[in-house]
Amino acid sequence: MSNTAVSTTSTWAGGKSPFKISYGKLMMWFFLLSDAFTFSSLLVGYATVRFSFPQANETQMAELRKEMPFGTDVHEMFHANPDGFVGAMNDRGIFAETQWPAPELVFNHFPGHHLHWPLMFVSLMTFILIMSSVTMVLAVEAGQRMERKKVEIFMLLTIIGGLMFLGCQAWEWTKFIGEGAKLYTNPFGPVTFAALFFLVTGFHGFHVLSGVVINFIIYLNVLKGTYEERGHYEMVEKVGLYWHFVDLVWVFVFTFFYLI
Amino acid sequence: MSNDHGHHKETFISKYVFSMDHKMISKQFLITGIIMGVMGVAMSILFRLQLAWPDTSFPILNWLFGDQWAPEGRLDSGFYMGLVTIHGTIMVFYVLTAGLSGTFSNLLIPLQVGARDMASPFMNMLSYWFFFLSSVVLMSSMFVSTGPASGGWTIYPPLSALAKAMPGSGLGMTLWLIAIILFIVSALLGGINYITTVLNMRTKGMSMNRMPLTIWAFLLTAILGLLSFPVLLGGGLLLMFDRLAGTSFYLSDIFLGGGIGALEQSGGSPILFQHLFWFLGHPEVYIIIMPALGITSEVIAVNSRKPIFGYTAMVISLIGIAVLSFLVWGHHMFITGMNPFLGTVFLIMTLIIAVPSAVKTFNYLATLWKGSIRFTNGMMFAIGLVSFFITGGLTGLFLGNAALDISLHDTYFVVAHFHLVMGSSAIFGMMAGIYHWFPRMFGRTMNKTLGYIHFWLTFISAYMVFFPMHFQGLAGVPRRYYTFDILPEFAPWLDVNVFITMAAILGGVAQIIFLWNFFSSIFAGEKSSQNPWGANTLEWTSPVEHIHGNWPGEIPTVYRWPYDYSLPDMDEDFVPQNVPDEGSSEEIHVTPVNPVSSDAKKEPEESNVMFFTMVKNWFGLGRA
Repeated sequence: MSNTAVSTTSTWAGGKSPFKISYGKLMMWFFLLSDAFTFSSLLVGYATVRFSFPQANETQMAELRKEMPFGTDVHEMFHANPDGFVGAMNDRGIFAETQWPAPELVFNHFPGHHLHWPLMFVSLMTFILIMSSVTMVLAVEAGQRMERKKVEIFMLLTIIGGLMFLGCQAWEWTKFIGEGAKLYTNPFGPVTFAALFFLVTGFHGFHVLSGVVINFIIYLNVLKGTYEERGHYEMVEKVGLYWHFVDLVWVFVFTFFYLI
Repeated sequence: MSNDHGHHKETFISKYVFSMDHKMISKQFLITGIIMGVMGVAMSILFRLQLAWPDTSFPILNWLFGDQWAPEGRLDSGFYMGLVTIHGTIMVFYVLTAGLSGTFSNLLIPLQVGARDMASPFMNMLSYWFFFLSSVVLMSSMFVSTGPASGGWTIYPPLSALAKAMPGSGLGMTLWLIAIILFIVSALLGGINYITTVLNMRTKGMSMNRMPLTIWAFLLTAILGLLSFPVLLGGGLLLMFDRLAGTSFYLSDIFLGGGIGALEQSGGSPILFQHLFWFLGHPEVYIIIMPALGITSEVIAVNSRKPIFGYTAMVISLIGIAVLSFLVWGHHMFITGMNPFLGTVFLIMTLIIAVPSAVKTFNYLATLWKGSIRFTNGMMFAIGLVSFFITGGLTGLFLGNAALDISLHDTYFVVAHFHLVMGSSAIFGMMAGIYHWFPRMFGRTMNKTLGYIHFWLTFISAYMVFFPMHFQGLAGVPRRYYTFDILPEFAPWLDVNVFITMAAILGGVAQIIFLWNFFSSIFAGEKSSQNPWGANTLEWTSPVEHIHGNWPGEIPTVYRWPYDYSLPDMDEDFVPQNVPDEGSSEEIHVTPVNPVSSDAKKEPEESNVMFFTMVKNWFGLGRA
């Protein structure tokens, strides 16, 4: 460039990006920032409702954990009660409308058997989603080295990971709904527990779904060789940012809904 | 981006309807904003008729709204509330957010920072069309059988969450929420674009401390919108579920009259909605006022022929306002039973905002001081903004004080306060912008005499409307009442209401003058010269005829800040930003075709400091 008259040393002097990134990537960052605020508002709403209820009684919970260790056959143990496990917990006052249910008692199912495996399924879901983030990183990294074949493989793995996560979520929702939880009723305790669960995990699931769709479009473009012609794989990087964000949000949703 | 997209074949649709050119999009925002503004102002006059003459029959009301909403020429009480709600919504969101920031951010950001267009012209187009769709949905709610949303523009649950609570909580409320969600999408698409353009696409030499104050204001406005609108989105989503899916996020135990009885909902909290709403709602008032302040900074400096007083202080006070605006939302909720300690925190934060606001006001006054003032129409409105900002700002100190707010809350004192400090002020900032940049938008100037008439009528009528409201409020007259003749205590204020309504009608008539002036000047106004106000900023170097890419040749390079007015030893009293420092006087006359001739590229001034250095200097830390 002949025009060296204007300072090119100062980061903010204009004529270039102060962050040394394209406008598209910058826009993605700002979008993620605003989306983070949307999720924050929902999680703050959750926290407000959540902490207006007392926790499940700790001594009662400790007794229950001894009585019903990991791997107990719940069906067999509570078959005497016409309402099964939920009914038995209700009788003991653990699933009362006046106290927040312990997540480990609500989310204790695993496909294929009726054993008490508290939070194992959601851990698996989380593991799958985080692994899909790993494959995303590998796709981005392969893109930077312009290795089209590897980008294809890792994008495909990421899409599969996202779909698996959505499938798991569908299974968990079905189970939860089958036990009687709806937006307006909840056999496990306060109705807002079920409503918030469906709303927030649903909103997150919607993000995952849109992420899978976008990833798929980008994957098709990779297959077509669009980015190879373009000379860079920045689009993969941009959807990668979105994908990691969605995963990061899940970590918070997981913590808030299942662990606290 | 290169300027060869000037060669695209343009059809009517691609040029005027689905345009991706920021100048056309800004005109679309402005004209939609003006149409919405006409409706908002008209609504306010109609419900003021009810307040002034509650027992009189107005055939026009019956003609407009039919027998359902105005039987025998008198407004139905529910529909009165609907008009109040939609008036507030239109003015706050559609006129003063989209109409003001949408118009001027779009017009000025690329032109003043020296960019060919917005970062993403396509998203910019989407931003307008989401806004348009949102306007259509909102206005369509006036035509549903149960009437528009009528719980006030703040749509507090439980009233807004239960469709059965009152007619206005039915379909009208659902449409209101849909309209606002579309509006939020529009605001986010626009905001992301504005921020990215300002940060990433400044021309060579346009460092942060050489940006015009308008751009600083638009940048910080966009950041506020980006961080606060999503929270309303979350809040609105929860409200939508409460309304449509039977959840109870905002509902605890509720008993409805009219044979409905106790509802099933339980466990939620209506106060939660207020927190989520005001986390947007308070930054929102700064989203409204900051672009107006930015426009005023520019207009006052240009027309005082003086550098703006305290540029750095102006920037820092804008940043201060932006940061503090997120920490004060609780002052809208002092009477919700909030912990007094928390109330005190919000009180202190609120009063601290007075500091940057006062810095700005004093800087405006100091810029005017001993300037060679040109009283153009834009300048009159800019000075009007300063006047309203002071008057309304002073009552903010009353309302920010929790102890006083408890008795003033929901009275006409509040109405008077915010109509002056963000309503009239921001409208005046918008008007200043329209008169000032009309030549840039349409290549013509507006009629000056009509502009003066418009200014004086609006200025006087605004004070006549809102000043008496302070006294009403102090006497305890509550806002959002349909009629005051039910209580004898309010009888003395009926005459005042008549006076206010007459003044409001006067103000409405003044806007007709503006509309005539605006639309006739688009086609028949005096042709404007390249730089009619003798301003320094880059938008006046691009050709009067709008072209794609803004500058035909290279984008001008910036060598100085935008406020070099009345420099000593200069022939002209202004030096545009693209004039090199040691330039001779010939280079001051800007040639529109190629603003930067190749021999004009000289060394820029040494003080091309970074923003942080500027901040350090301001605190006296960077001076060796």
